[in-house]
Amino acid sequence: MEILVCARRVPDTSENEIALNSAGNDIERDELVYSINEPDNYAVEEALQIVARVRGQVTVVTVGGEDNEEILRREMAMGANQAVLITDDAFAGSDGRGIATILKAFVQKGKYDLILTGVQAEDGAAQVGAMLAAMLDYPFASLVNSIEVLEGGKLKISREIEGGNKEISEIDLPCVLSIQTGINEPRYVGMRGIRAVASVPIPTYGTAELGLESGAVGATAAKVRRVDYFVPAFGKGAEMLEGSREENIEKLLELLAAKGGLK
Amino acid sequence: MMEVVQFAAPITSWLVPGRTLFLVIHILGITSFGYIVARRLLPLVRAARDPRFDRPLARLRNVLQFWLGQWKHPRYKVAGILHIFIFAGFILLAMRAFTVLLVGVHENFVMPGLSGSAGQIYQVATDYAATVVLLCMIFAIVRRLVFRPARYAVPARYGKAHTADAVFLLALIAMLMVADSLFEATKAALQAQQGQTVELATVLSLPWILKGALASTSLPMLGRIYYSAYLSHEVVFYFLLCYRPFGIQFHVETSLFNIYFAKLDQGTLKPVRWGVSDGHLDQVKSFGVKKFEDFTWKHMLDFYSCADCGRCSDNCPANAVGRPLSPRFITIKARDYAFQHYPMFGHAGNGQPLIGGIYSADEIWSCTTCGACEAECPLLVEYIDKIVDLRRGMVDDGNVPQSLQKPLQALESRGNPYGKMEKKRADWASAIDFKQRCSVKTLDKKNGADTLYFVDSITSYDDRMQSIGRAAAKILGHVGENFGILGAAERDSGHEVRRFGEETLFMALRDHNVEAIKACGAKRIVTADPHAYNALKHDYKDVPPVEHISQVIAKAVKSGKIKFKPIEKSNNVYTYHDPCYLGRHNQVYDDPRAVLDAIPGLKRVEMSRSRDRSFCCGGGGLMLFYEPKEEQRMGVKRVQMAAEASANVIVTACPFCMVNIEDAIKVAGLEGKLTAIDLAELTDQQMVREDRVVKAVEPAVVQQELVLGR
Repeated sequence: MEILVCARRVPDTSENEIALNSAGNDIERDELVYSINEPDNYAVEEALQIVARVRGQVTVVTVGGEDNEEILRREMAMGANQAVLITDDAFAGSDGRGIATILKAFVQKGKYDLILTGVQAEDGAAQVGAMLAAMLDYPFASLVNSIEVLEGGKLKISREIEGGNKEISEIDLPCVLSIQTGINEPRYVGMRGIRAVASVPIPTYGTAELGLESGAVGATAAKVRRVDYFVPAFGKGAEMLEGSREENIEKLLELLAAKGGLK
Repeated sequence: MMEVVQFAAPITSWLVPGRTLFLVIHILGITSFGYIVARRLLPLVRAARDPRFDRPLARLRNVLQFWLGQWKHPRYKVAGILHIFIFAGFILLAMRAFTVLLVGVHENFVMPGLSGSAGQIYQVATDYAATVVLLCMIFAIVRRLVFRPARYAVPARYGKAHTADAVFLLALIAMLMVADSLFEATKAALQAQQGQTVELATVLSLPWILKGALASTSLPMLGRIYYSAYLSHEVVFYFLLCYRPFGIQFHVETSLFNIYFAKLDQGTLKPVRWGVSDGHLDQVKSFGVKKFEDFTWKHMLDFYSCADCGRCSDNCPANAVGRPLSPRFITIKARDYAFQHYPMFGHAGNGQPLIGGIYSADEIWSCTTCGACEAECPLLVEYIDKIVDLRRGMVDDGNVPQSLQKPLQALESRGNPYGKMEKKRADWASAIDFKQRCSVKTLDKKNGADTLYFVDSITSYDDRMQSIGRAAAKILGHVGENFGILGAAERDSGHEVRRFGEETLFMALRDHNVEAIKACGAKRIVTADPHAYNALKHDYKDVPPVEHISQVIAKAVKSGKIKFKPIEKSNNVYTYHDPCYLGRHNQVYDDPRAVLDAIPGLKRVEMSRSRDRSFCCGGGGLMLFYEPKEEQRMGVKRVQMAAEASANVIVTACPFCMVNIEDAIKVAGLEGKLTAIDLAELTDQQMVREDRVVKAVEPAVVQQELVLGR
């Protein structure tokens, strides 16, 4: 099975102190450290596990600047067979639809049975996967937390629905799935693994290679524009339970049950 | 007839002349033993290299102390003393066994040097030795069957009890002793009946008793007993010799070698691969131990040498709290694997993966590398290097628990496991009330100092532990040390990174730190973190000498630079918890205690487990992120030990111990009854300060945002 995973490089929320810049239109990016968007990492792991079962190849693709190479190398160190960097100055300022347009052009240059994305980017809107599916006229399922390959070009998938329940569906290939974290336990990649793939060439694609018109993507084509960033004001503080340990435990159980956290 | 009864060899039984029979048994026994040992050595030949042929004097010293001197045995009184008797008996009887065996084919054989009176003295000694060994065997069998010490039990998940095998082997040795004594006694009885002078003067020894019993036996009967005793001795001897390599008694043969080749440098870790320099590691295809053959030959010898005494697991904190790790079975399972995959006949080895095979990942991650097992093992079996090698293999395969992946990634990108900003690494030193009293300068190429205070990640970033850092800095200032820190240029020491098997990341952290340390020009390093101390001392190369703050304090107390005021709460009882990487791995036991004892009015008690039997608090570094499967926290067990010792203040000298112990006090419900304090904090609190502010070395350059290497 040929699997394409669309990945994205994001500031790692656990290793950065996110602050607004002075203009208030973006976050302060000077000292940020970046990593692969976490759900995308689960998507790559899932793809690797699928090809380990049914054979095939995994390609990881990302749209962004030269810096994005670092996440591609990491995913190759995990085991992805190839990685592609889609980069062009003309892509700057693309909205979700723009990114989906770029990816669609890339998908059509190859032949993929299955396209995976992370459920959403940590700095994104969980829209690209669905838009890409629509543009390709492929079936789409979101929040997928297990995949089983069936005979006859079908997958059996389960999706996380409200309250932690699972919905089981069959879906025809080719399709696009957005992958929920927790679907697997991604393998660890250290510096050693990355070093081992340091010299593997990563092809880059731009507007010309993808046959895109520069007006179709980028800031000019964007129909959604970021206007502002703001840090929400502190709301009401946490509710403190007061009483003996036993009383608190009882109250906590009541509250959890009332909010649907216990069954 | 005279000739016949003198020695066993000429006695003819049925048609086979004794001498021929004995010779056949000899050849058969020795050939079989040789073949068995050769098969046992096969995996060692295929194993990873391990250079252990250096420093013969240090190795001989180990042999004298731990093998001949049985140094570690008395740590367990009953079993230890029993073993010393048995060992001494065996040593004495070894030469006699050879003599007896050779007498079978050469009746007049006398071991060189053992003729005349020396021989008589030796005879007396061996008569008693055989008796003592027999008594020990009986005692050991009774102990195994009736008293059943808990540490010999085999938990269900590790298979069947080993009692039957142990008792069988003990019984065989007992039989050997009886056969030997009977042979001796019959010889004496025969000589007595023929009116010869009887040399058997060993009153109350087994041969003496047996001789008495045989006094009125007829001569032909004596001859038959004599012959049978000899034959039994020979058969049992060779059976034991050839059977031992199939079980725990192989240590009789291997222990000498295992101790001679034992690891000499405590606190260190073996490199990923011996003989491959750091620069060439990238060319090594696979890291660590993934299959049995990846172990070094010495580690395989460890597996053969284990006597299954259970002392390692009896002292293992992971085992004590129900984690899925028992060091004893790390060894036993590997030995069973070796026996199964390197059989006596047929093809050997198939390179099955060990993780998911005989070991589980959780088992290998459960170890805190505290070293309690190694401190206890009478045979100097190594565990930490094996655990780390197995982890290296797992890391190489990407098999790392999710809970550890984030901190490892943060260490890679930010140089600390918390993912905090590098520029905030020295923030602990800029607390207003602290800065007024003690200024800590940040060192670099331009701002040098004699002493570098290496803070490490937890003390730099953890709110609670920063207090230890400030106390250490105040102490250094108080004793007049010209010191500074690396600030943002410091990275995590990588001590646990290395011990969790991430060698490449460790090397990156180490190289960065070494460069920064060299650039600052400090002549010595002080740290208050035993893990950083061990890393700087043993894992780093070419850095200035390093001291732990407890050593600095102890020296200053001795020289009078630090004077203590009397303790205020005189009803407090203090106890000192030895951090593993200060105590067991570096033998700093006395300095912290000397400091405590120098504080007037401080009452100190020892916990039941202290010094090299200290009980790990739960582990440091990355172990704080690991989510073990356990019934109880190690720390909880530890604070309960402090409570049992009727202490109400636990003093420790490690920030990780502080995390675990303070948490454990809460979990154990001992809040209000027990508190914890770091030795540096206590020193800072009790130091007599002259009425001058600690000299401000320089205007604070604390917030220097120097980000090296990024």
